[in-house]
Amino acid sequence: MTKLLKNGRQWVALICAGLTASLIVQPALSDENAELSIDGVEIVTKTAAPEDHPLDEILSGWRFRSVETQALQTDDFDNPGFTAVDYGAELWDTAEGSSGKSCASCHGAAEDSMKGLRASMPKWHEGEGTLMTLEDHINWSRKEHQGAEPWKWESSEMLAMTAYLGLQSRGMAVDVKVDGPAAEWFDKGKDLYYTRVGQLDMACSNCHEDNYGNMIRADHLSQGQINGFPTYRLKWQGLGSIHRRFSGCMKNIRAVPYKRGSDEFTALELYLAWRGAGLSVETPAVRQ
Amino acid sequence: MATPKPRVKVPKKADKGEVITIKTLISHPMESGQRKDKKTGELIPRKIINKFTCEFNGQIVFSCDLDPAVSANPYLQFNAKVNEAGTFKFTWVDDDGSVYETEKNIKVN
Amino acid sequence: MTLTRREALGLSAGAAAFLAIGTKVSFANADATEAAIMEFTGGATPAEGKISLDTPEIAENGNTVPVGVTVDSPMTADSYVASVLILADGNPNPAVATFHFSAISGDAEAKTRIRLAKTQNVVAVAKMNDGSTFIDRKEVKVTIGGCGG
Repeated sequence: MTKLLKNGRQWVALICAGLTASLIVQPALSDENAELSIDGVEIVTKTAAPEDHPLDEILSGWRFRSVETQALQTDDFDNPGFTAVDYGAELWDTAEGSSGKSCASCHGAAEDSMKGLRASMPKWHEGEGTLMTLEDHINWSRKEHQGAEPWKWESSEMLAMTAYLGLQSRGMAVDVKVDGPAAEWFDKGKDLYYTRVGQLDMACSNCHEDNYGNMIRADHLSQGQINGFPTYRLKWQGLGSIHRRFSGCMKNIRAVPYKRGSDEFTALELYLAWRGAGLSVETPAVRQ
Repeated sequence: MATPKPRVKVPKKADKGEVITIKTLISHPMESGQRKDKKTGELIPRKIINKFTCEFNGQIVFSCDLDPAVSANPYLQFNAKVNEAGTFKFTWVDDDGSVYETEKNIKVN
Repeated sequence: MTLTRREALGLSAGAAAFLAIGTKVSFANADATEAAIMEFTGGATPAEGKISLDTPEIAENGNTVPVGVTVDSPMTADSYVASVLILADGNPNPAVATFHFSAISGDAEAKTRIRLAKTQNVVAVAKMNDGSTFIDRKEVKVTIGGCGG
């Protein structure tokens, strides 16, 4: 998977990373050829890229992790993200807001009604006339249907609900609509992906397109796929949203992150979802 | 998350005398007492699960004293020899005195 | 809170300095580890063998490192493993956990997930019901990410 560097600027970036390295770990850390199966369900972690994709092959972040981290995701009991899933299931059945309704009052069993939802997010919302993430849809429904206060983006409730809903699509292929009114958002997301920002003057593509599979100090760079969110990260010791991850990446390159739920991150989320089209939803995934 | 949530995995049935594997996990931050609040600079007080016990029909199978070096959402896996049908009782004790409990029944073939 | 770039740089330099000092002061714990072993064994030097630690060679993140321990014992009412002490000799405080087994534990095996502040040795000491003690040590390399958001 280690690829040749394509141009001089990338060399510079990598050499800078190399100079500050205090520890060199061989990439043998991970098992890139492992296949993921969870309770008998085959999860697609490697697939041919969709048409017009800059890469030939797309790979889930799971493939870049160490054997121990990979193992945490192969069994739902070993996966610590499942305490949040349990909490999400509880919230699904809890009446809230002025309507006195729970999610289940209208949507019934999440196993049926929410199947496939995560795989299609973010999605154009006809009523609001905007592109909405899963978090946006949840808060919209809380307001419109339950008469309840919105949850904060990174609250334990929102993470539990997005984990629980995401799980209902686990194993299904990511398949987002990028045409029609979403096209404009897609283009904006693509622009952001290739735009260099921050003191280190780097774009998403510098690491995740040009250098995935290489080590940046002790980190094994992945393609930056988002098919497993919310993800349980060992670093976070808990679940985190896609936008939290974006924010972390931007801080690493010394850029001022956009806000969670901002148009910028929503557009980037759509573009990244498309870059991972065909990979299985892994929610809740486990990463380092 | 408001209340720590225990999860346990115990087989529904076993052969008499069989050694089974039990997995347990509870949602808990395991606040080590060594972290500082990023905004105030004050130390965040320690708050961990400090004791775990698994009993079977009133007899202790396995217990554990936990220190702050155990990861958040503490995970424990151990074994039990099942000689009769009965009930496993799991107990987690928090620094603040809270006790979280759950039970699982097992049948014997 | 909004920071200018200059302020942010100053802060991160300060944080790095603080961490560096903190590392020197609080991680000198080989003695504390030996003391904890002696307290557990009642002053006896534990023998090698019988106990085996299962740890990853490299941990991707020190926050959650899987650790397993297995002790060779018949686990009967007459002969069983009473407890296993787990220590980490490079943490600010070496104590990690103590497992207590019984004759109905079946096998003296347990697993948990632990925090390691840096590359260091994980130590496991088993105490049998007859008072004899056994030790195993494994080094775990904890990677310091260049990145990782």
